[in-house]
Amino acid sequence: MKGGRRGERQEEEQRKAAMAALAAAPAHLLSDLWAASGLPDEAEPVRGPETGLVTIRGRIGGGGAPFNVGEATVTRATVRLPTGEVGHAYVLGRDREKARLSAIADALWQDPKRRGQVEARLLEPLRARLADADRRRREETAATKVDFFTMVRGED
Amino acid sequence: MYVAVKGGEAAIRNAHRLLADRRRGNRDVPALRLDQIVEQLSLGVDRVMAEGSLYDRELAALAIVQSRGDLIEAIFLVRAYRTTLPRFGYTRPVDTAAMLVERRISATYKDLPGGQLLGPTFDYTHRLLDPELAAGGAVETPAQRPADAERMSRVSEILAGEGLIEPDGELPVDRDVADITREPLEFPMERDARLQALARGDEGFLLALGYSTQRGYGRTHPFVGEIRIGEVELELDVPELPFAVPLGRVRVTECQMVNQFKGSAKAPPQFTRGYGLVFGQAERKAMAMSLCDRALRAREFGEDVVAPAQDEEFVVSHLDNVQSTGFVEHLKLPHYVDFQAELDLVRRMRAEHGRTPAVGAAETKEAAE
Repeated sequence: MKGGRRGERQEEEQRKAAMAALAAAPAHLLSDLWAASGLPDEAEPVRGPETGLVTIRGRIGGGGAPFNVGEATVTRATVRLPTGEVGHAYVLGRDREKARLSAIADALWQDPKRRGQVEARLLEPLRARLADADRRRREETAATKVDFFTMVRGED
Repeated sequence: MYVAVKGGEAAIRNAHRLLADRRRGNRDVPALRLDQIVEQLSLGVDRVMAEGSLYDRELAALAIVQSRGDLIEAIFLVRAYRTTLPRFGYTRPVDTAAMLVERRISATYKDLPGGQLLGPTFDYTHRLLDPELAAGGAVETPAQRPADAERMSRVSEILAGEGLIEPDGELPVDRDVADITREPLEFPMERDARLQALARGDEGFLLALGYSTQRGYGRTHPFVGEIRIGEVELELDVPELPFAVPLGRVRVTECQMVNQFKGSAKAPPQFTRGYGLVFGQAERKAMAMSLCDRALRAREFGEDVVAPAQDEEFVVSHLDNVQSTGFVEHLKLPHYVDFQAELDLVRRMRAEHGRTPAVGAAETKEAAE
């Protein structure tokens, strides 16, 4: 029983990580990968895709009480596969196709038989691309790091 | 009796058609694409997102084109669009300590953990116009240097270790977070409502007020503890999922202003703080916001409210450029009937003035007010 709960938590973490990779993906990259993946993109729309707002919150001083900073556009979709799995997606922006594909990917991911395909053909390339972009960004920023040196004046 | 006068439909239609033509300009020049604006006028896009209070680069770029580059008009368009969308909820508060940092500087500590990262800054440029840019020359790729993906702690945490600085602002936990887009403004405000108003406030207005505090109108002795710019993850709690959904990342600018001391009989003196958090790369705005945030805490610290920047009702009522432009620009709409009434009044006053010159002067002044 306890092991089952832990397994469930672990699966939730993995599903969340999958959704994070999909949300961060450039829309054209996701559709290109999808086209090459051979994964089915047919699903019954349950809700959306529809665009709305979320209010972004920050914290006073960085770590204090929350406050509202402003809104962002988000598009969400819920789909049901012919095999019954229901998938959800919430992604920043107004790209309905990206939200639809992300919801289908979430539904396919929940099927243990197809999870491996989703991971290998969609999520791994997306994560690799994101990690690469982040590394480049960090290295470009690091090149602008100030190396201070001290000018020694006088004899000793 | 009220008599409505109609007319001008054809004139308005043709004026808008002319506007569309002038917006497009010379047809021999290629039309701007939105991705060009997003990529190459990105700080203008950021400003429209921040003051339009809507994070969506393509929409901000569209608004900039539609407004012919009039950013306040663009902000107005974005605000109007916002009202057409349903709201899905409030994100979890962003964690700026976990930011993918693109710039991070401190004016208070030279050797802070993680270092001074200048990033893509205008600082230290000579502010000379660059003819090569006009010629459209090739641009070098950025230099790179190995970096580790360490979490970069905020500068405020360094001072906090010794208790030398007030903690991050806390508010009672049993109350809802204020939302000025849902409830009408009420004074006095809590700091969360004020920060929301400041975050969408006009950069020029906040800049001028921040500057006024430096010049002595509500002095706060500020230092830039830290400015950081970069991307933060957004997460949203939704009923259909047992975990917070990751939505993607947004770029924000955070400014931690460190200000001079406050203490009391009970507490020893410590630095006070002002905070700024703005969409996009918006360093000037984040700094101005944090100066105003600190100045507006005068009441909380028992300081005398003597300057405009400390006057919450004055600042918050006038910082919104959509409201300001609405009320200022409405003056150019037809006021024919109002003005006719004033004309009648001034004629009557002048007639009375002619009849009784000695007493009339004082009365006239009163009536005009």
